[in-house]
Amino acid sequence: MGRGSSSLENRSPLPWPGFITTWRAALVVTVILVFAGLAVTVQSHADTHLVLAATTDVRDSGLLDYLGPLFQIDTGIQVRYVAVGTGQALDIARRGDADMVLTHAPSLELPFMAEGHGLCRSPLMYNRFLIVGPASDPGHIRGLTNATEAFRRIWQTNSTFYSRGDESGTNVKELQIWARVGYTPSPQNDSWYNETGQGMAATLTIASEKAGYTLTDEATFYTLASALPLDLLVSGDPFLANHYHVIVVNPAVHPTVNEDAALSFAHWLVSERGQGLIGDYEVAGHQLYTPEGQDRC
Amino acid sequence: MIDWSAVAQIVALTLLVAGTSTLIGAVLGVPAGAFVALKKFRGRNFVRTLAFTFYGFPPVLAGLLVYLVLSRSGPLGFLGWLFTPIGMIVAQSLLVVPIVMGVTISAVMAVEKRLHDTALTLGADERQWRATAIHEARIGVLTAVMVGFGRAVSEVGAVLIVGGNIAGQTRVLTTVIVLETSAAHYLEATIFGVILFILAFAIFAVLQRLQREGAV
Amino acid sequence: MTISLALRGVQKRYAGKEVLRGVDAEIPAGEIFGVVGPSGVGKTTVLRLLDLLETPDAGEIHYRGRAVRRGSLESLEQRRRMAMIMQNPTTFRATVFENVAYGLWLRGVSEEDIRGRAFAALDFVGLLERAQEPAAQLSGGEQQRVAFARAAVLRPEVLFLDEFTSNLDPANVRLLEEATKRYRKETGATVVIVTHNLFQAKRLADRVGLLLDGRFIEVAPTHTFFENPSRPETRAFLSGEMAY
Repeated sequence: MGRGSSSLENRSPLPWPGFITTWRAALVVTVILVFAGLAVTVQSHADTHLVLAATTDVRDSGLLDYLGPLFQIDTGIQVRYVAVGTGQALDIARRGDADMVLTHAPSLELPFMAEGHGLCRSPLMYNRFLIVGPASDPGHIRGLTNATEAFRRIWQTNSTFYSRGDESGTNVKELQIWARVGYTPSPQNDSWYNETGQGMAATLTIASEKAGYTLTDEATFYTLASALPLDLLVSGDPFLANHYHVIVVNPAVHPTVNEDAALSFAHWLVSERGQGLIGDYEVAGHQLYTPEGQDRC
Repeated sequence: MIDWSAVAQIVALTLLVAGTSTLIGAVLGVPAGAFVALKKFRGRNFVRTLAFTFYGFPPVLAGLLVYLVLSRSGPLGFLGWLFTPIGMIVAQSLLVVPIVMGVTISAVMAVEKRLHDTALTLGADERQWRATAIHEARIGVLTAVMVGFGRAVSEVGAVLIVGGNIAGQTRVLTTVIVLETSAAHYLEATIFGVILFILAFAIFAVLQRLQREGAV
Repeated sequence: MTISLALRGVQKRYAGKEVLRGVDAEIPAGEIFGVVGPSGVGKTTVLRLLDLLETPDAGEIHYRGRAVRRGSLESLEQRRRMAMIMQNPTTFRATVFENVAYGLWLRGVSEEDIRGRAFAALDFVGLLERAQEPAAQLSGGEQQRVAFARAAVLRPEVLFLDEFTSNLDPANVRLLEEATKRYRKETGATVVIVTHNLFQAKRLADRVGLLLDGRFIEVAPTHTFFENPSRPETRAFLSGEMAY
């Protein structure tokens, strides 16, 4: 459509059909791209893979990016994971959009199994939850090994506390501790209790900036510890153990599930090979997960 | 730190998803907008207001709705488009079409007033007038496409929910920025942000050049 | 003498107000017919009805003796034998050449013919060297000349001029008036010109009609109209007693 000073003779004099031509060209390109996208989609469906719905913490700790490629080398199956909050991970599986789930909220997983959405559920590994907070420790909880007592002191001193507030496994555990203490969190009424609605890393960052307490999983904490001025204050309570399970989605309820690939990964994760890799995984010199796998599939 | 081949893959996917959505927006939205601008029909004002309202439609809500439709337990689950680039394109197109349509409506209506009578007195029939009007409004129409692309390349809610941010499959620049931010890798997040900015700048520079070339 | 155009009993209302209350006029082929009257009286409406841009609420428009209605199959054909130049030059966002070529493109004329005829038309209004410039870059008077060439290139049987030289400098006014006269001479076309410039009407028109209160109060040959009008309203209008 240039209007240079080309000679009068050899240019079409009329721009008005131009729009139709341009539109047709755009339509052709669009159709090509859409078909390319469809071809890519069909091809990627054909590649041997499984879809894993996992929680954000195993993504953020790098565990999935570590295990996935190794599993693919061993079996040729590609692990495609969608990392979301626990509630959403289980919901994705309920809808049949994933082949398997990796979560750490038994209180949500058991109803999931009871409803028949899961074929089998295997314990995989555990890590610990920690209560962390500012060095000044206004609630005087440093060194405690009883999480319930620590939370009680935080409540009684109205010390600033940050909850993830997103129905994640961490959030679920936190609420369980509050239930033991006898406190029902109400962020609207209690100014010391806050909900961030975000993932663990963001919540830790907020807690460290605002000098507040929070409950965190070990892996995320150690991944970030060097950058955040938060102290580890309470650990070692068995109730703070964070147990991960892997569940294969039930093909009887969701026929499109890739049962073979999912079972293959489930077996591999709790095998000697998988458990060994999990135990070897370290960040900043810390082993993040302790294997406790049992093959229930 | 940064795996540059993964970055290249993310950039390519960003262009594919945002580019295709913008093209779909243009191919559908421009004729639709021109039609609404030029043809008087019952409910025309309602359609116009509806198009403008969708400017502000939250991408994350569009993503949620498309997710529910494309999910295996949704009406279009059999397609298997959830967590794929095609699904992301579908979601983004829903956002881009109203934008292109709305801006086209405004651009073509401005032309309509000025030139409709002139074209008629020179002997144009309705079909010819439509082609003339759209051509006259071409600067505005290209602006419509640019605004649509801007929306597509910068939005994150829809592609995140429908795509799932799967490594190597459905990660685009915006979703990877969310990922890095949520992991508190702020440097990586910023680098991706800069890449996104440069990419958008380059594309807009080209589109603007086209706009000037065709301007007369 | 063939009657080219006629209005019979034409009525038109806008927003409930009656603008034309029964307009009758017959314009023979090849005549330059001037329409004068106060502002807002409906002169432009008369042109628009004749050009089949609008439909009268009552009455008929006739061409060469046959009634034509807007929207009928003949109306597009008829519209293509007419052209209008309006007060503000509404040039397309294109080059001068492309503007002039527009009507020919609409009618499916071949590319070669378009080139030949468009250049000739541009020459006719003295803008041949500006052919490849964007039309918007020309002055108001030049753009109006482009509009004239754009209309004239179509060889319309009827040319409608709606205050087409108001706001222009004298040089362009003169040029356009000469072009109008030349056009009529070369093609025998009918010209209906609406103007509030009585001098222009005097210079160009063969007959002049005064539109007042929704009707042609008086229609007379130019000389008679100006020197010896029969109606008192005409006299009041010409003498400046009527504000317009």
